[in-house]
Amino acid sequence: MTRPRVVITGVGAVTPLGVGADTLLRRWVAGESGIVDGEGACRDFDPANHLTKKEIRRTDRFAQFAIAAAEEALEAGGWKDELPYEDHRIACIYATGIGGLGTLESQHDVLRDRGPQHVSPLSVPLFMPNSGAAALSMRYGLKGHSYAVSSACAAGSHGIGAAVRAIQMGDADAAVTGGAEATLTPFARGAFSSMGALSKAGISRPFDARRDGFVQGEGAGVLLLEEREAALKRGANILGEVRGYGSTSDAFHLTAPDPSGEPASKAILAALREAGVGGPEIDYINAHGTSTEINDASETAAIKLALGESAYGVPISSTKSVTGHLLGAAGAIEAIATLLAMREKVLPPTVGLDEPDPDLDLDYIPNRARPFTPRNGAPIALSNSFGFGGHNVVLCLEGVA
Amino acid sequence: MATATPEAVEARIVEALASFGPDADQVTREATFEELDIDSLDLVELAQIVEDDYGVELKGDDMKSLRTVGDAIDLVVARAQ
Repeated sequence: MTRPRVVITGVGAVTPLGVGADTLLRRWVAGESGIVDGEGACRDFDPANHLTKKEIRRTDRFAQFAIAAAEEALEAGGWKDELPYEDHRIACIYATGIGGLGTLESQHDVLRDRGPQHVSPLSVPLFMPNSGAAALSMRYGLKGHSYAVSSACAAGSHGIGAAVRAIQMGDADAAVTGGAEATLTPFARGAFSSMGALSKAGISRPFDARRDGFVQGEGAGVLLLEEREAALKRGANILGEVRGYGSTSDAFHLTAPDPSGEPASKAILAALREAGVGGPEIDYINAHGTSTEINDASETAAIKLALGESAYGVPISSTKSVTGHLLGAAGAIEAIATLLAMREKVLPPTVGLDEPDPDLDLDYIPNRARPFTPRNGAPIALSNSFGFGGHNVVLCLEGVA
Repeated sequence: MATATPEAVEARIVEALASFGPDADQVTREATFEELDIDSLDLVELAQIVEDDYGVELKGDDMKSLRTVGDAIDLVVARAQ
C-alpha cells in the first residue's frame, strides 16, 4: 500500500534565540547563543504581543508560546484568513513533555499558604498537558483529532509523527502539530539538577569532551502538515516533506539511554525504510545532542549502527548548542530548523564544540556553519529525538531542491 | 476586611472583571456576563475575590442565577449586611 505523502506548508517558532522561525536559523547559523546564565529563556517573548488579555489569563506560559508559534505558522501557510480544509478534517496534535508546570507550582503555593478553597478554578485547564492542543484548537477552530502527545524530550517529534499518521490514515486532511515547553521553574530546576542531568557549568556543548549535562530551554514550535495532493491543488508553498517516521523504545532504564544505541538505531532505520532512502543519501542529521555524557555517546553509537561507514560522511549538529534543551518542544523546533537549513542550503554548527571527545568521531560541524550541497537534488535530513523513559523518534525530512 | 458599601463593592467587582478580559468601560452594571465573555470559571474566581475582600461566601448556585454585573454587585452587598 502506498501511503499518502505529507508535506509541511508553514512553520513558526518561539525559542531562546527570539520569536520567529527564521530568527532561530539565522542566529544559529551566525553562531549566536540564546543561553544566558545557564538557561535558554525566551527573554524576547511578551505574551501581550500575541494574545488577548483573556487568553493570557487562561493559558500557561507553554501554551502562550504555542499560540505565538501557531500564529506565525498559520500566517506563513496562508491559513489565517480562512482554513484551507473543512474544520473537522484538520487535526491538532500538540506535544509537551510536562505541561503547565509554572501554573501547578504557583497554585500549589496557594494551596499550602491559603487552603484548598483558594486554589484557582483555572488551575487544571492551565496545567493539563493537553492545554496547548486545546488552546490552538479553540483559537483557530480546528475540529478534527485534537490531543496532546507526551514522551518527555521525544514528544515534539512524536507529535509530528502522530500527525503524519493521522493524515496518512485518512483521519485528517491537514494538521497543526509541534510541541511547547515552559519549565524554567524552581521545581524543574531542582528536579533535573538532583538527577544530575543539568550542566553544572551551565554550558550546552554537545559532543565536546567537557560536556557535563544539558541546559534547560523553553519555547515552542508549530508545523502545518497537509496531504501533498491537496496542498498542491490549493497552491500551497511547500517547505518540505516528512518522508519517514521511525519510533522505538529502549526498554532499558527510567532515564538513561541504552548505551549500545541499538534501539535508537532501529528508529533511524525505520525512518529510512519508510522514506526509501539509504544511508549514503542523507545530507544532514540534526542530532538530539543534549550535551549529556551518555546521550551524545549513545546517539553517536546509534548513528554508526544504522548508517555503517556512511555515518562518517554525514554532517551532524545539535540545535541545543544554542537553545539549550526545550524538552517536549525540542523535536518541533529542531525539525523546523532542519527544514529551514535545507531551504537556505546551510549546515548550522554545533556551537561551543572546541575540544572534541576522542570517543566521538563523527563530523559534528564544530562552531562554523557550512554550505549545504545536497547529494541528489532535493536535500534529505534526519532529525533525532530521544526522551527519558527510553523513547526514540527519528524523522526523515526532505527539503526543497 | 473591607467594608461592603455599594460603591466599594461595585468598584472592586468592576476592577476584578476588567482584569479577566473585557475593557473596564464595558463593565457597567447593565452589562451581561455573556456580553463580557465572562464564563463560569471567571465567576468562581470572582467569588474567591469577593470572599477574600468581604467575607461573603458565594456558592455555585448563587453564581448560576447571576446574569448581569449589577446582579453580582447587589448580591454581594445584600449578603454582606
